[in-house]
Amino acid sequence: MSTPVTTASPSAPAPSGGGHKGAPRLRTPRKKHSPGRPKRSILLTVLTGLILVYTVVPLLWLVINATKTQAGLADSNGLWFAKHFALWSNIHDTFTYHDGIFVRWLLNTLLYVVLGAGGATFLSILGGYALAKFNFPGKRGIFAVVIGAVAVPGTALAVPTFLMFSKMGLTDTPWAVIIPSLVSPFGLYLMWVFATEAIPVELLEAARIDGAGEIRTFFQVSLPLLAPGVVTVLLFTTVATWNNYFLPLIMIKNPDWYPLTLGLDAWNSQAQTIGGDVIFNLVITGSLLTIVPLIAAFLLLQKYWQSGLAAGSVKE
Amino acid sequence: MRRTTSRLLRGLAVLSVLSLGATACGSSDDDSSSTKAVSASDIQAALKKGGSVTVWAWEPTLKTVAADFEKKYPKVKINLVSDRSGDKHYTALSNAIAAGKGVPDVAQVEYFALSQYSLTKGLTNLTPYGADKLASKYTAGPWNAVSDGDKVYGLPMDSGPMAMFYNKKVFDKYKIAVPTTWDEYVVAAQKLHKADPKAYIANDAGDAGFTTSMLWQAGSRPYKVDGTKVTVNFEDAGAKKYTETWQKLIDEKLLSPINGWTDDWYKGLGDGTIATLTTGAWMPANFVSGVAGASGDWRAAPMPQWTAGGKASAENGGSSLALPTLGKNKELAYAFVEYANAGAGVQTRVDQGAFPATKAEQQSAAFQNKAFPYFGGQQANKIFAESAAEVASDWSYLPFQQYANSIFNDTVGKAYISGTTLAQGLKSWQDASVKYGNEQGFTVNK
Repeated sequence: MSTPVTTASPSAPAPSGGGHKGAPRLRTPRKKHSPGRPKRSILLTVLTGLILVYTVVPLLWLVINATKTQAGLADSNGLWFAKHFALWSNIHDTFTYHDGIFVRWLLNTLLYVVLGAGGATFLSILGGYALAKFNFPGKRGIFAVVIGAVAVPGTALAVPTFLMFSKMGLTDTPWAVIIPSLVSPFGLYLMWVFATEAIPVELLEAARIDGAGEIRTFFQVSLPLLAPGVVTVLLFTTVATWNNYFLPLIMIKNPDWYPLTLGLDAWNSQAQTIGGDVIFNLVITGSLLTIVPLIAAFLLLQKYWQSGLAAGSVKE
Repeated sequence: MRRTTSRLLRGLAVLSVLSLGATACGSSDDDSSSTKAVSASDIQAALKKGGSVTVWAWEPTLKTVAADFEKKYPKVKINLVSDRSGDKHYTALSNAIAAGKGVPDVAQVEYFALSQYSLTKGLTNLTPYGADKLASKYTAGPWNAVSDGDKVYGLPMDSGPMAMFYNKKVFDKYKIAVPTTWDEYVVAAQKLHKADPKAYIANDAGDAGFTTSMLWQAGSRPYKVDGTKVTVNFEDAGAKKYTETWQKLIDEKLLSPINGWTDDWYKGLGDGTIATLTTGAWMPANFVSGVAGASGDWRAAPMPQWTAGGKASAENGGSSLALPTLGKNKELAYAFVEYANAGAGVQTRVDQGAFPATKAEQQSAAFQNKAFPYFGGQQANKIFAESAAEVASDWSYLPFQQYANSIFNDTVGKAYISGTTLAQGLKSWQDASVKYGNEQGFTVNK
């Protein structure tokens, strides 16, 4: 239940943003934006429409069903509201069920995101900058390792990581989730590519000639130029950590250290247990509450992210 | 998605069980310590001294039992970890055993999974603690599941003698008689689906636990286990009876393709599109919490028979509490398990809706006469207790049943979605199980 919901969230704001940008271009063709005559393609419109439906319907379903009681979920149409509007009581119940364990899971997730994703971003910046702007022996080897690491799915590493952490006595502690989250080969690669393009070598040389040390150059000259890339990497690692399910599943046994993904799944599987309490309504409301911060982060950081992706794409 | 995750998990569980064998064999002092008898006074002394016991169990009534136990023995702390069940529970348990760290002192283990752990010496033999003397307390099915010769690997917590639950409202509406044999069941299925094309006699999208229970009732004994010598054979008369009848339901599309325990399933049980459910006697509690809206519609009935007037039954589900070999505080852990599953805890659990594995509780007047408001005041426990008494006790699961169940959908499950027949599906399930067993070092069908 939690997986389709969370995968819908990061993609949902993106097409709506794209839609806004695309729409005026189609309706008021302006010469400077479109070389040649813009053509309305029916096929393209239908395809875009389908994709819009595909991405928006799950979100709509989530919002609608979060307003239903457990009984209402069973005897009403999935895509329309039930007679009884129960969103507020569902939210209240989600936060108070089982002595408010949901709040604890929310705080855990925030902890994992701040330390894990924040740390991963910081390490990616340092590493990517160093690889982009310094020459040292073995750089090609590192490149191969990083590219290789991007290709290995985290899931494949989960069991070896578990055995290693178990030997170190770190399983069932928050560190078991935070430390592996610090490694983001993709973030490192992105930062590396970005730093290569975004920071002119001449600027660094100028700073060095002016007498700035490497640390000062990094923080005062390079870091501001890297800001759009930093936001991009931060977004990626935040989403990855926020949605991470498999790593905590293997590492964490104590429900007090669950992130939201595991907690919601535990609530969901209560319905599959002999004598268990069936609370699909709280699972759905909890899922909705879980994606709200992600959507907010996307909306707030979107403009930085877009300008970041465009860097270096146009010859100036 | 849900299915792939759980399949992945099962794969992992299997993977870690493999390494489990090696770990457990490594510690050679297990056997010497387990043959030493632990007297009742040893256990009393341990209770007086106190300590803590970590219990991994999802059974909801254990919460009260643990609280009562702590009240009775104030120096003992029961640390109940209860947020995981099924695949995830076994993955975590196998991982912990493989790693040799974080192993609970007590673990809930379902009957079908017990031998997987006991065979690799992952569970403590409880005979030296006096568990063998409790044999006469339990009904035959569950006791057979926890014991192996003179060894006992857990105490039965609950049992799932089969019964058929049916939606009386739907049956009355279409004037269909409640089936007492499987042949009548097929007729009822045809009649119902004809009367209302949206309604089905049952949901079955292929479920390993249900299939093995059906084979069990039909007299089939596909698994024979003698140490590491294992036989898998789905070609006996009992299996034939089952496949021939059930194939009719599949061929005529009389089964709803909904998976059990999903939100669709709860919905179908509530709105009358799934008219019967043949499952374990633990189901009433799930009806009450998950299908509250259909209160009063449902009734319990004996499981349909293969021969008219027969009384054969089988078990579905049910679990024990066992002591992992790597757990600590064995005396305290055993004291808790005995309290919960043989002592005062049983009544506490029965009062909260659990179905006991003990004869005394099943036969008590209070239990038998209990009226279920959900079933319109029916005294359903009478049916369940009678079913429990009719369970044949010579059934055994594979020592790698968890793996076998994980490939059920790829083999037998095909019969539900493509042209393969159930019999062919069982044959390929057999082949795959034999192959896997031999790879694991068992001698299967040789």
